[in-house]
Amino acid sequence: MIKRKKIIIIGNGIAGITCARNIRKKDENSEILVISGETEFFFSRTALMYIYMGHMQFEHTKPYEDWFWEKNNIQLLQAWVELVDFNNKTLLLDSGKKVGYDVLVLATGSVPNKFDWPGQSLNGVQGLYSKQDLDIMEENTAGISHAVIVGGGLIGIEMAEMLASRDISVTFLVREKNFWDNVLPVEEAQLVNRHILEHHIDLRLETEMKEICGDDSGRVDSVLTNKGEKIECQFVGLAVGVSPNVKFLKNLELDMGRGILVDRYFRTNIEDVYAIGDCAEFREKPGADRKNIEQVWYTGRMHGETLAHNLTSEDAVPYRPGIWFNSAKFFDIEYQTYGLVPNERKEGIDSFYWESDSGESCLRLVFEKQTEKILGVNSFGWRLRHEFFDKAIHEGWNLERVLTQLDKADFNTEFYEKFHKSVLAQYNAQEGRNLKIKKSSFLQRLIGSRA
Amino acid sequence: MRKIQITGLIVFLLGLVSFSLIPFIGSYQLDQKMVERKVKEEHLEPLIPVLEPMYGETYSSNFAFISDFNKYFDEYNEALKEAEEWDKVIWDDYVFELTKEASLGPVHQNPFWYLAISVGLGVIGGLMYILPLYRGEPEGIKNDGIYFSSMKSRGLLGIITGTWLILFYVILYWFPEYMTNLVLMVDPLSYLLSGNPASQWFLYGLIYTLAILVMGIRMFRKYRGNTYQTIRTASVMFFQLAFAFLIPEILVLLNKPWHDFKNIWPLDYTFFYDYRLDGMLGSGALGMFMLIWGIILIIVGVPLFTYFYGKRWYCSWVCGCGGLAETLGDPYRQLSDKSLKAWKVERYMIHGVLVFAVLMTLVTILNYFMEFGLLGEATNQLHSIYGFAIGAAFAGVVGTGFYPFMGNRVWCRFGCPLAAYLGIVQRFKSRFRITTNGGQCISCGNCSTYCEMGIDVRWYAQRGQNIVRASCVGCGVCAAVCPRGVLKLENGEEEGRINENPILIGNKSITVKS
Ligand SMILES: Cc1cc2nc3c(=O)[nH]c(=O)nc-3n(C[C@H](O)[C@H](O)[C@H](O)COP(=O)(O)OP(=O)(O)OC[C@H]3O[C@@H](n4cnc5c(N)ncnc54)[C@H](O)[C@@H]3O)c2cc1C
Ligand code: SF4
Ligand code: SF4
Repeated sequence: MIKRKKIIIIGNGIAGITCARNIRKKDENSEILVISGETEFFFSRTALMYIYMGHMQFEHTKPYEDWFWEKNNIQLLQAWVELVDFNNKTLLLDSGKKVGYDVLVLATGSVPNKFDWPGQSLNGVQGLYSKQDLDIMEENTAGISHAVIVGGGLIGIEMAEMLASRDISVTFLVREKNFWDNVLPVEEAQLVNRHILEHHIDLRLETEMKEICGDDSGRVDSVLTNKGEKIECQFVGLAVGVSPNVKFLKNLELDMGRGILVDRYFRTNIEDVYAIGDCAEFREKPGADRKNIEQVWYTGRMHGETLAHNLTSEDAVPYRPGIWFNSAKFFDIEYQTYGLVPNERKEGIDSFYWESDSGESCLRLVFEKQTEKILGVNSFGWRLRHEFFDKAIHEGWNLERVLTQLDKADFNTEFYEKFHKSVLAQYNAQEGRNLKIKKSSFLQRLIGSRA
Repeated sequence: MRKIQITGLIVFLLGLVSFSLIPFIGSYQLDQKMVERKVKEEHLEPLIPVLEPMYGETYSSNFAFISDFNKYFDEYNEALKEAEEWDKVIWDDYVFELTKEASLGPVHQNPFWYLAISVGLGVIGGLMYILPLYRGEPEGIKNDGIYFSSMKSRGLLGIITGTWLILFYVILYWFPEYMTNLVLMVDPLSYLLSGNPASQWFLYGLIYTLAILVMGIRMFRKYRGNTYQTIRTASVMFFQLAFAFLIPEILVLLNKPWHDFKNIWPLDYTFFYDYRLDGMLGSGALGMFMLIWGIILIIVGVPLFTYFYGKRWYCSWVCGCGGLAETLGDPYRQLSDKSLKAWKVERYMIHGVLVFAVLMTLVTILNYFMEFGLLGEATNQLHSIYGFAIGAAFAGVVGTGFYPFMGNRVWCRFGCPLAAYLGIVQRFKSRFRITTNGGQCISCGNCSTYCEMGIDVRWYAQRGQNIVRASCVGCGVCAAVCPRGVLKLENGEEEGRINENPILIGNKSITVKS
């Protein structure tokens, strides 16, 4: 029998909500209250761009229908928490109300970074993280003709795509040599460069913003770059990363780094207080190739799952993420990655790279030089089977074993061109090998058998 | 490009306006010879004097003509009914035939000209708008602005379109006499194909086929680069043109019964009706083939193909209703209701219709073998209720007229008895599933939004579960719009197809059952 507790979760993002749902699955008695300031109901942050582009309405981004919460006895409260009194175990809300808790889970997510640029508080300058940001962006971009986006990462390119969908021309300032090349190897980064240009985005590599200038009404009218160029625009999107949203927790007894410091059990230094998702910072990295702060959807979900287990079970387990995976979409090109794919050459690690004739799809298989054990994979314009690579990387398959089974890894839609043939042909030519993929019989193909 | 498209839109609208106005032009005059040509032998004697006052009179509109006709005709019948002389009452409906015959027309004289300025302009305008779509753009998902579009998100344009369609269907099913001019303009075409004059159904079949062809080309443009969508669309275009439109007309030309070889009972609910059975049985080897082929499709074809490929082989590759939904209806697919409540309603309704269709058919067959004894009256009653409520009101008026309100598969989802049958096979005995790609789902909701069957695809995807649902027609659009490559329609081993307690890949700390 689990003792009945009052569990409060601050933040209704993927981390907080996953935690709440999974606690409820195993614990029918405890009171669960999710407090969040941004929206009443959980929605998918990753879908914000599609609302702006007119693919969906806000309603569609809610993964559960509104009745779901009451049915599962999960209470929701839309409010901002202004202060936490850890000694008395109470929260102070923006309404002035106080609420007490037995267990507190902090899942407050992130805020967009700002770097003290001159002019960054002008009207028409903003980041994109929350629903409110999206609403402001709607206002800020009404009727404008040109925008500048700063920062060559995932949110930057999403903002560029959003604006382009409304026929607003975009200048895209990227500090690095190639798009997102602090993560992507150069070939992949250049593949994305080309695609960005194909979408008529004015991509400026190795260019930084120096200053944002405004008109008399306090609205942005141009930006100055480090190359001395002035670019006229009516909107500036700041997309230079995010940081844990922890301002309201500063200067309390809670141990903080950039985020809320936690151990592998998501415990903070204060008893009964935990942190998960974007706002948590691990004291020790959860894995050799992982970061102390994990800021993606999937990790938020796994944090939530794991903590829920620990809160409802006698034997708590440490957070042990499996093989890394992630995905994104750059305009029309989908990207998936599994395992370890360094962006630069590394001692003892090698890779095999293939690109389609169109230059819009590619595959990189990363392996240990000596043993040829597969370590990771990047793919663009080619959907791969998660299960396949999770297994291959986990079991340390040999590169050629992977290559000869690539057909099974293919997750592209039926009738699509089978890239694996061309990959194998290139490998054979390069290495003087004669690897073959077992042909399936006509009958097998007819019934779509994978065996 | 933009200019061509705008011109196309204007041309299309001109065609649509002409089409809507043509029924109301021209004048009408009836004479006794026409009545003699069109009315059955046994009704001639009473009807000729009844319609006497109309002969030689020129009516300046079809409204006036039809109203007079109905007045005399009904007076005659009413009197008999009052006198309870039931056997003399004329149950046949002559108003359509005689209105068509009495048309003095300009349409009558120049059918091709009127066909050109209505349907012709519609097709040309449509193509002018469609062919330049997305030129010079990279391949990819083209859903920008759908929810800002009045047409596609239940705005004023959507409401007008829906209303127009509903009106069209109401006139087509219950008041075809008001569209005789439209039928007249396709008469020559009908003579060419089948050697017979056109009925309102020929007109409907022609427009239906053209809609699938033109909007099919739009699908090629919209989903360029997606081979699955291209092949599947080409398939429905082919089956509509050849099997639903041309072959049946040619059969009639050869003096065989009109027959659509790809239509399957119970969607083809008249398949076992006495006139159809007699027609097939009376048409020699070909007729016999029709009957046997039809029965094989029902008892072997449906289960076998659905076992291997899922119900998609029919619903989004072959079927005419599906064909229209996937082409003309594609702009409205996002309007389907995804709520759990809608799913509950759907299950009651669609299986209810299936039960109704099966019972009705059993009674029909029994009646046929009992040589129209006891069950005659009941059979007729059932046929007319089904024909009215399901065949016309549901499949037609609601099925297509509601595209702009409830999405493009209202009929397929809530009403089609064949879909119910295919769905039961697909759910319980099939190799088809939509595989969810491990833990890659970001719960964005594109898949659910664009599922025309109102399946909450995301519900499954975000918990790492394969999608195995009776209603999925395998259109493949959820997989197309998913920005993270999470969904794949595939046929594979039955083992592991349905997994009730999926585990999301990626978290080695615990194995949570989602
Ligand atoms: C535009 C965009 C696109 C993205 N796309 C992807 C993607 O494709 N794939 C991917 O893996 N990741 C993506 N991410 C990152 C991903 O969305 C985040 O990692 C994830 O949402 C973090 O979840 P969370 O639960 O930790 O926090 P959040 O989702 O940020 O939820 C925290 C909530 O807590 C609320 N809150 C904070 N402080 C308080 C307070 N004091 N009182 C009350 N409420 C408070 C916040 O308002 C917020 O609603 C994207 C992020 C953005 C912004
Ligand atoms: S689940 Fe996917 S394939 Fe099935 S009907 Fe819905 S959108 Fe089409
Ligand atoms: S579209 Fe893809 S990522 Fe989005 S909810 Fe559906 S399956 Fe998940």
